[in-house]
Amino acid sequence: MATTNIKSKRIAEVMEKGCVACGSCMNVCPRDAITVPKGIIAVVDNDKCIGCGLCKKACPASVIEIKPRPEA
Amino acid sequence: MKKNKKKNWNDYIWIMSAVYMILGFVNIMFAWLGLICFLVPLGISLVKGKKSYCNHFCGRGQMFDVLGNKLKLSRQKDIPAFLRSNWFRYGFLTFFMIMFANMVFMTYLVFAGSGSLKEVVTLIWTIKMPWDWAYNGAASSPWIAQFAFGFYGMMLTSTVLGLVTMALYKPRSWCVYCPMGTMTQGICKIKDAA
Ligand code: SF4
Ligand code: SF4
Ligand code: SF4
Repeated sequence: MATTNIKSKRIAEVMEKGCVACGSCMNVCPRDAITVPKGIIAVVDNDKCIGCGLCKKACPASVIEIKPRPEA
Repeated sequence: MKKNKKKNWNDYIWIMSAVYMILGFVNIMFAWLGLICFLVPLGISLVKGKKSYCNHFCGRGQMFDVLGNKLKLSRQKDIPAFLRSNWFRYGFLTFFMIMFANMVFMTYLVFAGSGSLKEVVTLIWTIKMPWDWAYNGAASSPWIAQFAFGFYGMMLTSTVLGLVTMALYKPRSWCVYCPMGTMTQGICKIKDAA
């Protein structure tokens, strides 16, 4: 999916401790912005994330937060 | 639930999980098929160092997703912190493995002839439910049936626990303390560190 140039103000962030690598987040993400590359922790692609919060809602371990996008 | 996404064939594996649970009521020998859900995730994590099974192919996770999100049977609350702590997750994994070994030992006793086949399914490791109606005595050897009863008991127990936490917390809360999930993540961690 093509990413837009207009960046959202907020993005998802996975807290380091507690992710169980289940992939619930990546299965709901409309932008394929969150993946579980090594089966250890979910990783957010800041360029793709639109901060919609669907992943946060789906995460059974409650380790995702929607935070202001860090200044580039 | 892939709201904005195209459905793939592997989005329907939950149907197989549901059918599996039903088949255990019809003929216990189908329980053997459940070994797939043990061997495939372990194989993938050992060979590839990924949790692709959890992420794409686990029918059980999908089933809880369908029940909790589509059928709205989940309260959608955060899981209590202790349930997602490492000591609970690895503790539950250890407990589960001990009970698994115990089940294999029971099967061995029947195999060796020093135990007799018990046509019961044990729920939550304590409640013994008569299950003779799902067995027609067709196994060539009693131990084959004993394993089926024991294994189905584990599958049913984990399904019941998963259903309870699906309803109380997030749909896929079971995935937080699922022994297979914890084990495959552990394998990925070890592989990554190596
Ligand atoms: S849903 Fe939560 S626990 Fe599961 S992989 Fe994503 S961030 Fe990790
Ligand atoms: S906030 Fe939305 S776009 Fe960003 S990772 Fe989560 S689901 Fe994907
Ligand atoms: S954690 Fe367990 S139930 Fe969840 S997706 Fe992985 S194997 Fe399936």
